Amino acid sequence: MLHNVTDVTVATLLDAVAARFPQGYRLITLTCVDCVDNLEVLYHFYRNYELSHLRLCVAKGTVVPSISGIYSCAVIVENELKDLFGLTFDGLVLDYEGRFMLAADAPVAPMLRTAPAQAAARNGELKMEP
Amino acid sequence: MTTAATTTRRTLIPFGPQHPVLPEPLHLRLVLEDEIVVNALPAVGYIHRGIEKLAELKDFQQNVFLLERICGICSFIHSLAYCQGIEELMQLDVPPRAKYLRVVWSELNRLHSHLLWLGLLADSFGFESLFMQVWKTREKVLDLEEATAGARIMLSTCAIGGVRRDLSDEQIAQVLHGLDAIERDFESFIPAVITDTTVKHRLVGVGVITQQQAHELGAVGPVARASGIARDLRVTGYAAYGELGLNPVIETDGDCYARTLVRVRELHQSLLLIRKALKRLPATPIAVPVKGNPIGEVVSRVEQPRGEVLYYLKANGTKTLERVRVRTPTFANIPALLAMLPGNELADVPVITLAIDPCVSCTER
Repeated sequence: MLHNVTDVTVATLLDAVAARFPQGYRLITLTCVDCVDNLEVLYHFYRNYELSHLRLCVAKGTVVPSISGIYSCAVIVENELKDLFGLTFDGLVLDYEGRFMLAADAPVAPMLRTAPAQAAARNGELKMEP
Repeated sequence: MTTAATTTRRTLIPFGPQHPVLPEPLHLRLVLEDEIVVNALPAVGYIHRGIEKLAELKDFQQNVFLLERICGICSFIHSLAYCQGIEELMQLDVPPRAKYLRVVWSELNRLHSHLLWLGLLADSFGFESLFMQVWKTREKVLDLEEATAGARIMLSTCAIGGVRRDLSDEQIAQVLHGLDAIERDFESFIPAVITDTTVKHRLVGVGVITQQQAHELGAVGPVARASGIARDLRVTGYAAYGELGLNPVIETDGDCYARTLVRVRELHQSLLLIRKALKRLPATPIAVPVKGNPIGEVVSRVEQPRGEVLYYLKANGTKTLERVRVRTPTFANIPALLAMLPGNELADVPVITLAIDPCVSCTER
């Protein structure tokens, strides 16, 4: 199970991340989870074989502060999440503008779940209008 | 007034996505001043497969077969990381024999991977005879994988709750005999890797990152250990590693030679771990039955040949998972690679790139 999880907001994220840097935490990666109504971004940190996580829950379309100014290695994974989930990061040190791993003709934000009605239709629970 | 800075001519050189030293497509945009790299930007996505998305559509048992296909070299370890995560969610107690067998197959994956890499590295600087010798030995590892798991690329071997295959006494003897032959081969070519003047000329002092850089850039695996970071997830004791005992192999120079030394020493470490595991193989069942569906969130991490792999799994009590996130070691080592390149000559870029042992299949999961 997931332990050592701290909830943060857009306003408190950067302070929480900045506090970890001098404590010797290594940034492992970011995980984005599409919860249909909103997005969860998990920041996974590591120190002395122990994991620690920050959980940011935001509405879709919210601009999230980039942590690449604190952990420069975050620039790669933030660009990945921008491509795959359509997340927008404010202050991204190097912005590929959605073309880090997707080509110009690729689907937009392909990792997002389909709308609830479409998902229900796919599972045979609801018939979609033609 | 014209200054030196304004008259310096910069050139943009594309490295990859197709390049003789790269088995898979990876693109680097190199900014050069004369022959010296001053900046590098990566571009990936040439073979992205959307496996994380597909894993949300398959049931959690089918995902074992899907996720082990992320990489053909460390396929068993991918399935191990996933299975361990699901087992934690479902509170399954894996039988001891299965844990020891997981160590055996993980270390065969590591032997295979490090030998494949060493051959490619030798090939990158034109040491063809070393390349041939190393890959000849790699064939012997592949033979052991086939003899114990049914195929040269191990698939469908790890399972949720244990493993699918057991080893007979004859197979154990075959593996031990094979390891002896592999160790004899090491004695024939590893001194050349370590002491040869031309090898050292291409690797010593090339692509250096300090311990501080490696930590801040999130480097993992042999890349981190070659910069003096004693971090190896096998020390946490997953599978049966906790009962076999090992210390991380570290070097401190942080250059391509140090990365080579770490992997060469890990070859011997893998031989030792397999022998220990086979010697102590407990007589228990190899799997427990799986009932119900997983629920909850978990992070599962194991040590692949290239470093730490992280699986984040979110389950909701149905047979399909809400999220499967895989952060592979090569993805984590890209920022470190970008820090290694500036200050080096263009001719060293292939060697430095290979020295992180890039696996684009993993990166483009």
